[in-house]
Amino acid sequence: MSDTTALSANGAAPVVFYEAEEVHPANGTLLGFWLYLMSDCLIFACLFAAYGVLGHNYAAGPSGADLFDLPLVAINTSLLLFSSITYGFAMLEMQKNRVKTTLVWLAITGLFGAGFLGIELFEFAHLIHEGAGPQRSAFLSSFFTLVGTHGLHVTFGIIWLVTLMLQVGKHGLIPENRRRLMCLSMFWHFLDVVWIGVFTFVYLMGSLR
Amino acid sequence: MSDHHHDHHADDGAAHGSMSDYVKGFVLSVILTAIPFWLVMGKVFAKPHVTALVILGFAAVQIVVHMIYFLHMNARSEGGWNMLALIFTVVLVVITLSGSLWVMYHMNANMMPPSMHEMRNQP
Repeated sequence: MSDTTALSANGAAPVVFYEAEEVHPANGTLLGFWLYLMSDCLIFACLFAAYGVLGHNYAAGPSGADLFDLPLVAINTSLLLFSSITYGFAMLEMQKNRVKTTLVWLAITGLFGAGFLGIELFEFAHLIHEGAGPQRSAFLSSFFTLVGTHGLHVTFGIIWLVTLMLQVGKHGLIPENRRRLMCLSMFWHFLDVVWIGVFTFVYLMGSLR
Repeated sequence: MSDHHHDHHADDGAAHGSMSDYVKGFVLSVILTAIPFWLVMGKVFAKPHVTALVILGFAAVQIVVHMIYFLHMNARSEGGWNMLALIFTVVLVVITLSGSLWVMYHMNANMMPPSMHEMRNQP
């Protein structure tokens, strides 16, 4: 903080300027990425609102209680939860500067993510095969949009994860790769937070009726 | 080397988790996930409304747990801007969700199907 005193033009009262410098991190990427995640959060809020409004409009078709397979959803939820903590382990190894174990934990995270995606695609294929596709009713349209958007995020998360594994394997844990890994860490944990909303609001509450 | 390490921590501005943080968060998440599934699958409460309210409460707690232990949210990271952005987003999310549900619920309750007379006189 610095202040400057100067005489005004007519030589009367001195004019005082105060210049305050805000504290800011030298690297704004993580804050920027957090802002992106918050905007993504708004997309999901809109999809949740659409599902909340349309979730009872079955058009004489099947309801959530008829369709949802809760044990399968429980397996899916635990896969995503496991992938969250294995990503945490990868970050801890990254802080200790160990390339190999970081890559191993990242690979395990990717496998859990792929397992989650596989089960979700199996569930979607099963629903569509039963005639409960997105065109069946407003309930199913909003269901496929919400859960599908989450699955699309997980897909891109896995693509990003594989890209970063190749980067880390080639260049090591350089500051750029650390920054990218921290961004993906936020993205991955954020997807798990959204999934809490999905399994509670869509699957569990949908099975109650 | 230690200087460089220190610099790195100073310039990323983000909080780091520890092993105990991740394990605590994971154990809490498992408990907070298992109980809602058990409540619904075991049909513990007779009234579905009670179950719905309880599992929504569990979801809210679990989201906070994830924010603290996995996303390392606190009021200090990035000079408080992370928290400010989060609070702003939560306000918008609450308005979006509660507003949509409230308005559309009353629309559904108040909109009667039009009578034949009204339909014939439509412009």
